[in-house]
Amino acid sequence: MAEDISPVLSVKDLKVVFSTRKGEVHAVNTINFDLNSGELLGVVGESGSGKSVTMMSLLGLLPSPPARINGGTVSFEGKDLLKVNPKEIRKIRGGEIGFIFQDPMTSLNPVFSVGFQIMEPLKKHMGLTGRKAQDRALELLDLVGIPDPKKRFKDYPHQFSGGMRQRVMIAIALACDPKLLIADEPTTALDVTIQAQILELVRDLRKKLGMAIIWITHDLGVIAGIATRVIVMYAGQIVEQANVEELFANPQHPYTKALIGTIPAVRGERAKRLNSIRGQAPTTLREPHFCSFHPRCDFAFDKCTSINPQLIEQRKNHLVACHLFEDKGVTVG
Amino acid sequence: MFNYTIRRTLLAIPTLFFISLVLFLLLDLAPGDPTAQLPLTIPPEVREKIRLALGLGEPFHIRFLLWLEQFFINEPLHLLTELTGVDFSGDRQRVISWQSRSPVMDIVVQRLPQTLWVVGMSYVIGTIIALPIGIISAYRQYSWFDQIGTFVSMVGFSIPTFFTGVLLIVIFSVHLGWFPSIYDTTHVVTDWSSLIVQIKQMIMPTMVLALYNAAQISRFMRASMLDNLNQDYVRTARAKGLRENVVLLVHVLRNSMIPVVTVIAIGVPTVFGGAIITEQVFKVNGLGQLLITAIQANDIPMVQTLTFIFAVLIVLFNLLADILYGILDPRIRYE
Repeated sequence: MAEDISPVLSVKDLKVVFSTRKGEVHAVNTINFDLNSGELLGVVGESGSGKSVTMMSLLGLLPSPPARINGGTVSFEGKDLLKVNPKEIRKIRGGEIGFIFQDPMTSLNPVFSVGFQIMEPLKKHMGLTGRKAQDRALELLDLVGIPDPKKRFKDYPHQFSGGMRQRVMIAIALACDPKLLIADEPTTALDVTIQAQILELVRDLRKKLGMAIIWITHDLGVIAGIATRVIVMYAGQIVEQANVEELFANPQHPYTKALIGTIPAVRGERAKRLNSIRGQAPTTLREPHFCSFHPRCDFAFDKCTSINPQLIEQRKNHLVACHLFEDKGVTVG
Repeated sequence: MFNYTIRRTLLAIPTLFFISLVLFLLLDLAPGDPTAQLPLTIPPEVREKIRLALGLGEPFHIRFLLWLEQFFINEPLHLLTELTGVDFSGDRQRVISWQSRSPVMDIVVQRLPQTLWVVGMSYVIGTIIALPIGIISAYRQYSWFDQIGTFVSMVGFSIPTFFTGVLLIVIFSVHLGWFPSIYDTTHVVTDWSSLIVQIKQMIMPTMVLALYNAAQISRFMRASMLDNLNQDYVRTARAKGLRENVVLLVHVLRNSMIPVVTVIAIGVPTVFGGAIITEQVFKVNGLGQLLITAIQANDIPMVQTLTFIFAVLIVLFNLLADILYGILDPRIRYE
């Protein structure tokens, strides 16, 4: 995938399982991907496809138990994030990797002022105190487009609107100039106009600060507008991976095609019914030895029920995990 | 906030007036005769004179107004006289106990230290024990610590204090002889050895009540922590790279304390009410015991005054709880 430059983040064979009453749920099954510096990697998939779990497991943010990382490596800055000690991972969290979460209404602590919450990582990772921390926090509030930062600094989260709170979350995530920003559905809880503002903001910040971004979403429209490369996940596996133009112009995997088919048309026949993918996303109670998508796939044949397809490079930088294309390419990873 | 406090305080005045009226009415309606405990040889006409002398001949509203005057004007003036040495009160009538013929407030002041020492101490100890237990139980939910904590709380919750009290007396006083079974009120602490005697006699009643208080408060603390531990902001705090103890003791604790502080503050008046049963078991003659004997003897002024003081404390600590609530939670700002 990444030929010339060494990737910022490299995930290999990552597996995450959850212990539940019904048994172990294989939420993430052998995920492999690289992230190059300055890249904006979009991760799409239905709810429960393992997008968030994958990204949270990178920094050990999953509650354990029930979650357990079942092997794999995550190299970041020459370290394996799954092996480093708690102290070291805390240095990376909020320091070198910033995190933005889905719901800005609940992601900020209601009893502390916004200023306090922004200054926390500054004190922790950059050793800034007092005046300096405050100046930096004001700078950050200004950077994420909060008007009148001085006045807003002492305000509490409930005094901010949803969009403004998400801006505060972004300010916290960017506080220590991270090399990587992981955004876990940051616009899902916001209405469309605010969503557009946040997307615009992130695009700007990326241009200004140049960090790599992983953007998790289930909204293909958002991905089309912001990502450079896209990973499509289904049932804890990557089913397709390509540059954004390539993916939308030339989707290969039946699931990706179906997903793109569900995007409602803005122009054209108004009365057209919304498309959907029949069936439901499976719960992965066992490690699949078959294609997880085959029950919902229109093109499934007997091989799909017995062998789990591997990611194969179909064209240049375009990987697909589907038996339909297997004979055309070579296995990678 | 300041305006809110003032407004609430002013609002408390009609509330308390109404409470005092209801108390007076209830006591007036209650059957009983203050002369009932006097010897049977006293002839009825003398009994009637005694009743008249106690002021029972007056109609209800006169008696109520007199009590109001005595409690709200004469008693504070008397207190002022005591404190400054200047005579403010003159020969104004104080609230007098029908049993002992001495001013009610003097008796209350005599009894207060015992109650504060034993019951108050148990509340403080109970709270101090309960908070860390609640925090750890929640953080390590379903661990052996949590299981034991849950079991002990259940025991403390469900076994009444008159049972645990007597059990402790049987074990530690009768069999082991470590602690005295009766609380000696006349004991004066003058030096090291008398302090040890005092501590020894306080241990059992304090522990009985502390167990009960700790059981309740630790449950509240645990539930409140559990509510907050799963909140999104906890994940945010972790994603900032904060240490676990900072996440727990700064972010989660502050939020979890909001309901618990209310529970603790509202529980304080019960301290003054004395743990009536526990005071009986260990013969601590505190306020609880005072109230019980006053009720038995139909000592209306004493019962009226004590219950009214409790009412004042309850109103006061409710107000305090609300103010603390506003301080801890910025979303609640009373304008």
